[in-house]
Amino acid sequence: MSRLYPFHGGLKTVRHKTESNQWPIQRAALPHRLTVPLRQHIGAIAKSLVQAGDRVLKGQMIGQADGYISAAVHAPTSGMVAAVETCPVPHPSGLPDLCVVIDSDGEECWVEHQPVDYRALHPSELRNVLRNAGIVGLGGAAFPSAVKLNLSGQCEHLDTLILNGAECEPWITCDDRLMRERATGIVAGLQVMTHLLEPREVLIGIEDDKPEAIAAMAEACVGTGYQVRPIPTRYPSGSVKQLVKLLTGKETPVEGLPVDVGVQCFNAATAYTVHRAIDHGEPVISRVVTVTGHVSQPGNFEALLGTSFADLVEQCGGYREGVERLIMGGPMMGFALHSDEVPLTKAANCILAASAAELTPAQPVMPCIRCGACVDVCPANLLPQQLYWHARAKEFDKAQDYHLFSCIECGCCSYVCPSHIPLVQYYRYAKNEIWAQEKEKQKAELARQRHQARLERLEREKQEREAKLRQKAPAKTIKATKASEAGIKLDIEAAVAHAKPHPPSSISSHAEEGESITDYSARTPALPVEGGSRGSEPLSSKQDA
Amino acid sequence: MRFKIVTSPHISQDVSVGQIMRRVLYAMIPGIAALTGFFGWGILINLVIATVVALLAETVMLTVRGRPLALHLSDFSAVVTAWLLAVALPPLAPWWLTALGIFSAIVVAKHLYGGLGYNPFNPAMAGYVVLLISFPREMSTWLIPHGLDQPHALSFLDALRAIFSSEWPARFTLDALTGATPLDALRTQIGLGLTVTEIRNSPIFGIVAGQGWEWAALGFLAGGLWLVYTRTADWRIPAGMLGGLAIIATIFYLADPQHYAPPWFHVWSGAAIFGAFFIATDPVTASTTSRGRLIYGAGIGILVYIIRGFGGYPDGVAFSVLLMNIAAPAIDLYTQPRVFGARRG
Ligand code: SF4
Ligand code: SF4
Repeated sequence: MSRLYPFHGGLKTVRHKTESNQWPIQRAALPHRLTVPLRQHIGAIAKSLVQAGDRVLKGQMIGQADGYISAAVHAPTSGMVAAVETCPVPHPSGLPDLCVVIDSDGEECWVEHQPVDYRALHPSELRNVLRNAGIVGLGGAAFPSAVKLNLSGQCEHLDTLILNGAECEPWITCDDRLMRERATGIVAGLQVMTHLLEPREVLIGIEDDKPEAIAAMAEACVGTGYQVRPIPTRYPSGSVKQLVKLLTGKETPVEGLPVDVGVQCFNAATAYTVHRAIDHGEPVISRVVTVTGHVSQPGNFEALLGTSFADLVEQCGGYREGVERLIMGGPMMGFALHSDEVPLTKAANCILAASAAELTPAQPVMPCIRCGACVDVCPANLLPQQLYWHARAKEFDKAQDYHLFSCIECGCCSYVCPSHIPLVQYYRYAKNEIWAQEKEKQKAELARQRHQARLERLEREKQEREAKLRQKAPAKTIKATKASEAGIKLDIEAAVAHAKPHPPSSISSHAEEGESITDYSARTPALPVEGGSRGSEPLSSKQDA
Repeated sequence: MRFKIVTSPHISQDVSVGQIMRRVLYAMIPGIAALTGFFGWGILINLVIATVVALLAETVMLTVRGRPLALHLSDFSAVVTAWLLAVALPPLAPWWLTALGIFSAIVVAKHLYGGLGYNPFNPAMAGYVVLLISFPREMSTWLIPHGLDQPHALSFLDALRAIFSSEWPARFTLDALTGATPLDALRTQIGLGLTVTEIRNSPIFGIVAGQGWEWAALGFLAGGLWLVYTRTADWRIPAGMLGGLAIIATIFYLADPQHYAPPWFHVWSGAAIFGAFFIATDPVTASTTSRGRLIYGAGIGILVYIIRGFGGYPDGVAFSVLLMNIAAPAIDLYTQPRVFGARRG
């Protein structure tokens, strides 16, 4: 056994894996209508290549990657484009987005498959193939993989390539089943990645509550030199920076990426799509999704992207009585949806229908008793109670002094808080406020610069006129300043920053001490002020931000 | 279907402030039982008086401040304060002394500072110190434990009468029943020039520390270890405090064993163990960082020793805790953990 390097904090959560991982992956039925969002990834929305009335084939590109950080989108089945319009999509912001709506013709008529020999291609060509196949991280982040498979400008030489099969969130089992059933495909994909990145070692991290997946992956890895590393079942071991630390001992710098310490990390399901794209010429048009919780028969489904959540729940025999919340992703970091009439996207690894039985009963919020339970579990090694203190008091500078932006919103602190304070919600609120302030500042700065430029221009023109009058010197020409070329890394950071979800940042005005906090009615950025500084009488006012 | 929007995480552990406080109460039971065994009914009567007054004061203050009553009364924090203070009072303390102490603790130290979670000072210790300063005589009238010159224990009625009407049973004189606590005795007699060995020959001393007292300490140790085991209390605070106390006591003891009591005596005497596990661990007023808690505990331990050895009071747990309460925010500030991914050093 090789050494592991435990990260600080984390916790043992409830598991609920067996509800859905006892049966093989089922193929979901072909729906009549598919709603395919053009933005299923971090980065620029794909440019639509079709319009209403077009006939499309299964696997045909319908959205083209627009810019470096973007990914292509394909028709999941053959049929007729009914519309290209804004539809509800599953996104934390709750905002609708542009989608291609396809009425299936039931023929499943494919475009021509074009498998490639990855060894014969130039790396940049190979990356292009992956880009055009719409490959993004399927663990939930949906970052375009081709970008991560290009080291130039980011890192001289890669030490470690990590395959993330941790799947640490409760309830989710899609990667577990995929690794059990399609380990060879995953390893084949991993080989393509290895070819591009040439890492010194390849490590596969799988939580030790998945012995079957570990065994299957180990068998598939025989002869490749890739090492399967069982890791302790401890949430959030599947969070990228934590996994990197756990397996390599390296800490990703606060504002950096794993590649800064010579590590790159991909999800197991992503590797599988790489294999399908390269060896079979199939773009990403489906994914395995866990549908679980309070449904008749939970399970894992290989479903076409664009299938509605309602359809998928239907295939599980429908909801059982008493479903209160529909969650995309896991119960720790996933977000609640208003409606099940939203399409499956590349980022959707789990649909969790939660009833009172799955959720913790709403508990009244008490004041923070500074017990430090949150400090003990915080994987980012923050002081959550201080962050909370400052976020609530709207002292955003101080919240940033306490490293607000290192918070990965894993939810560990809220999970253990005996006072039932919705801590993570306060952090999201504070982050959103800070982003909003930054934007304002940028706007103001831009306006200032424009004003300045205008004054200078006027002044210049005046001088030129005078010069002309005196007929001494010819008019000066102004060279347009060239837009500076931004480095790849800057692009990535900008894209990630843009993609930051802006979740409902409100804490219900009822989230006062002593009241339960179940009804977050509005999505307006408001936060009640409960108290002043330590040692003073809490105010209990219900002001809006 | 339409669903409710609630942000993550959607699940949490089943813990509550009330649960934590109840655990603290359970953990005090062995120690309280031992105290009752050695000092009689007075201990329990004090406990009841303190609890009743605390709940009354809490109710009034919550009502005045417009806070939800049921919620806060069921958090048991007032009861914990009541018990912590009651245990520290002399067994036959007059009822008004207990009531006044609780009043200071709950009304002044807790609610006037903002209530649960906002109070900078440990309420029980604030109440205790108010009494110690205002009523030094009543606060030092300790009973002699059973098993020493006190063959006839006070009956329940005797204790009741003593507490409520300050009437001592005619068959005893006050002097026959009360005496200096072991720490007191050590203090005054060292002052008189006796050596530690001579002093310790007195019958008020038991195996390691004070007769009777040492068994109560054992009870509190058992309860305290259970608190640490269940992670209700962070081990760092008691470890820091007892460690700090032991280290400084060892230094002095090695330097001059005839004038300074051995470390085990200090650790096992007075309120050291009780304070380490039950008082100093009050989360609201302690430091919250990991390193900070060690420092916070050690600070209390060292202060306890200094006050015992060189201060004006025989035991110094209450003063030490309050002093370190003041230091806690600063300790927190300077012991922030290194954030994941931040440069070392
Ligand atoms: S867990 Fe909750 S009550 Fe405890 S310190 Fe953290 S925020 Fe405060
Ligand atoms: S949500 Fe943020 S503050 Fe809370 S435990 Fe996770 S990283 Fe730490």
